Amino acid sequence: MIREHEDIVIQTVCRFFIPFMQAYGLYVLAHGHGSPGGGFQGGCILAASFILMTISYDLKEVKRRFSEKLNVLFCSLGVFIYAGTGLVCLLLGGNFLNYGKLSKILPTDPVMARYYGMAAIETGVQITVMAIMVSIFLNLVTAGKHEETVEEEDAGDNSK
Amino acid sequence: MIWQINLVLLSFAVIAALTAISVKDLLSAVVLLGAFSFFMCLLWTEMGAVDVAFTEAAVGAGVNTAFFIAAIYKTTRRTKD
Amino acid sequence: MTRKFVGILIAVIALIALMQGLKDLPKWADPNQPASIHVSPRYIEKGIEETGVPNIVTAVLADYRGYDTLFETAVIFTAGVAVMMLLRRSKR
Repeated sequence: MIREHEDIVIQTVCRFFIPFMQAYGLYVLAHGHGSPGGGFQGGCILAASFILMTISYDLKEVKRRFSEKLNVLFCSLGVFIYAGTGLVCLLLGGNFLNYGKLSKILPTDPVMARYYGMAAIETGVQITVMAIMVSIFLNLVTAGKHEETVEEEDAGDNSK
Repeated sequence: MIWQINLVLLSFAVIAALTAISVKDLLSAVVLLGAFSFFMCLLWTEMGAVDVAFTEAAVGAGVNTAFFIAAIYKTTRRTKD
Repeated sequence: MTRKFVGILIAVIALIALMQGLKDLPKWADPNQPASIHVSPRYIEKGIEETGVPNIVTAVLADYRGYDTLFETAVIFTAGVAVMMLLRRSKR
């Protein structure tokens, strides 16, 4: 984000580090049922990996990998997955968010259907939290002017 | 719960909080707020609330600090008072 | 000087009042405190067999209190959309 302080050491270390952070975020989501963790924490760790990418590289790199259109889509997709899981339970004849009824469409018994229903909603929470955190950070750090910031970075490249 | 460890962690949390509101440089205040979050995280781990501690470490010390630094980067580093 | 003294006085009085109130709170990890005898025993005893999730915190957050987590997610979504509306300046 600050072009003058670009450093080959920082970039190499971050390039090495970011995949492990993202894998850890997914691990926290997947192991949220058996150990501390869950969608919120995993989403924050995933967002932190993108924030680290913004700090060590620049905005253009982040927007190339995680475009703004995709970001806005993910913001609402997570809430949609959560509410949609509840709505599917409602359509299958149970109460809203009563995951036991999911056993009618999943090949499991009602107890394990609750397990998988919880996994689905945690995934939704993780997607929303990750997209929202990245979006808030990018809007704060550029004061909402993504395009101008990318152009300034391009100008900085040419003058070197 | 071991009260000696609790006492040390709580004292450090109070010191970090008091320093964060009295320091002039806003960037230092943000870093001290992150330190406060970490002490609260350790306190919660010590009390057995591991999920809350995890959330505090991920949100309070990780993402929140980045948000504050981004806001300072776009506004000002000095306090008015 | 006077304002500082009054401030310290108010803080000390509030501290004493809070300490008086703190005496009536149940002890830390007291199994007979009101928070532990209402619904917690049911979660602890039947949580795993009803939901199949070993981590009771996740079971309570995502299953028993599913509405709470749904609207917590909605609050985060609203916060992000509010920041987008306030700050985002598109070029077009």
